[in-house]
Amino acid sequence: MTTDHLRSTGSGSGPGDPVRPGGLVLPRYRHDDPDTHPPMLHPDYGSTNLRAPRQPLALLPHRLTEITGPLLGTGRLGELDHDLTRQHDGEPLGQRIIVHGRVLDGNGRPVPDTLVEIWQPNAAGRYRHAGDNWPAPLDPNFTGVGRAMTDGDGHYRFVTVQPGAYPWRNHPNAWRPAHIHFSLFGRAFTQRLVTQMYFPGDPLFFQDPIFNSVRDPLARERLVSRYDHAVTEPEWALGFEFDIVLRGREATPFEDGDDDD
Amino acid sequence: MTERSDPTPALGTTPTLGSTPAQTVGPYLHIGLLWPDGPEVVPDGTPGAIWIRGQIFDGAGAPVPDALVETWQADPDGRFDHPDDPRGARPSDVPGFRGFGRSATDVDGRYGIRTVKPGSLPGPDGVPEAPHLNLSIFARGLLHRLVTRLYFPDEEAANAADPVLGSVDPARRATLVASPAPDGCRLDIHLQGTDETVFFAV
Ligand SMILES: [Fe+2]
Repeated sequence: MTTDHLRSTGSGSGPGDPVRPGGLVLPRYRHDDPDTHPPMLHPDYGSTNLRAPRQPLALLPHRLTEITGPLLGTGRLGELDHDLTRQHDGEPLGQRIIVHGRVLDGNGRPVPDTLVEIWQPNAAGRYRHAGDNWPAPLDPNFTGVGRAMTDGDGHYRFVTVQPGAYPWRNHPNAWRPAHIHFSLFGRAFTQRLVTQMYFPGDPLFFQDPIFNSVRDPLARERLVSRYDHAVTEPEWALGFEFDIVLRGREATPFEDGDDDD
Repeated sequence: MTERSDPTPALGTTPTLGSTPAQTVGPYLHIGLLWPDGPEVVPDGTPGAIWIRGQIFDGAGAPVPDALVETWQADPDGRFDHPDDPRGARPSDVPGFRGFGRSATDVDGRYGIRTVKPGSLPGPDGVPEAPHLNLSIFARGLLHRLVTRLYFPDEEAANAADPVLGSVDPARRATLVASPAPDGCRLDIHLQGTDETVFFAV
């Protein structure tokens, strides 16, 4: 979401000043560079045309509802939720991969104990979803859904299979590059993020309006995982690393390195 | 700042990392994001529970059947069970209160969340924020979530004084205020068009 048409709410706080509702000192989260996130309206991606708002966004100050958020516990996780290759009686077909990384905030600090949800198509590029009917096979041994919590160091790890590319009807001969959908909560409403992880060197990037909706090429690269030979397991699975950065906080004179959590 | 061997740098001393960009949830979000108890901010049978319902429409006035609405709110006392609330994290007096709700829209674009009405919150300059929910909307065709707020129809005085509502174009303020319904309240969301909902950059 771009911030170039923001209207101030006139909260009276300058940049970097802490917000003090009722005398309370609250953290503030930095706004991302305008080209980091896609614009809502991106005509190359046809579905945005009737769904993107046309009015400028209003600015929501960071108050109690924004600086808090759901801290969902491990109670939401099943034992095999992180391993998409072991959720059925048999193993799914396809290239087995390990996808791991750290969830960090924009200050480089790990985001521990936060829920990471993923979903993806199978190795043939088909989702186990009633709306996905293209003629690629379903795999009875693959659902394509995973959940994990980050550890104390912000690290997460999934075992899955390499998702296939799939066609869609956005433009002639349109194919989505292989991707895994990621959903993250962070620790505050401000940090909520849903994104997609791509694979290095995908030849389909050039024609994909969703990937290319991110205007800043450096930001776009942050959507692409890195092949990670150190995590690749011999005679077992290829490793990919995907670090995810959620918005960091403004520095305030009331915080220091000793009580930053 | 004291010396210690913590690899985590202090705020204000680090180069900032660029955020990971958002991408759309796409049309198949249901396999990944639906929870059986998603719409239940409070358990069944909670005294005073209400349903918040509504429909989502696109710019052509058609219902959006593949969206996801998430809600986040304070408890009835205006408290959060969260360490960043400077008043202190406080578990709600409402048993099973989660604060968070998640509902996909159905074929008619309808969503529904069972919750309890939040309390008001201390706001800047001693002016409280009226009871409200923050909403995130995800869908195919939304490259980034949309954020809006829901205010309550029976809080006219508090709404009139609310600093966020007051910052919004008066002609569009009504898009953020729910209407009464027999079992709670209703707020339709218009992604586009003459009745376009006010959306926020957070
Ligand atoms: Fe997808």
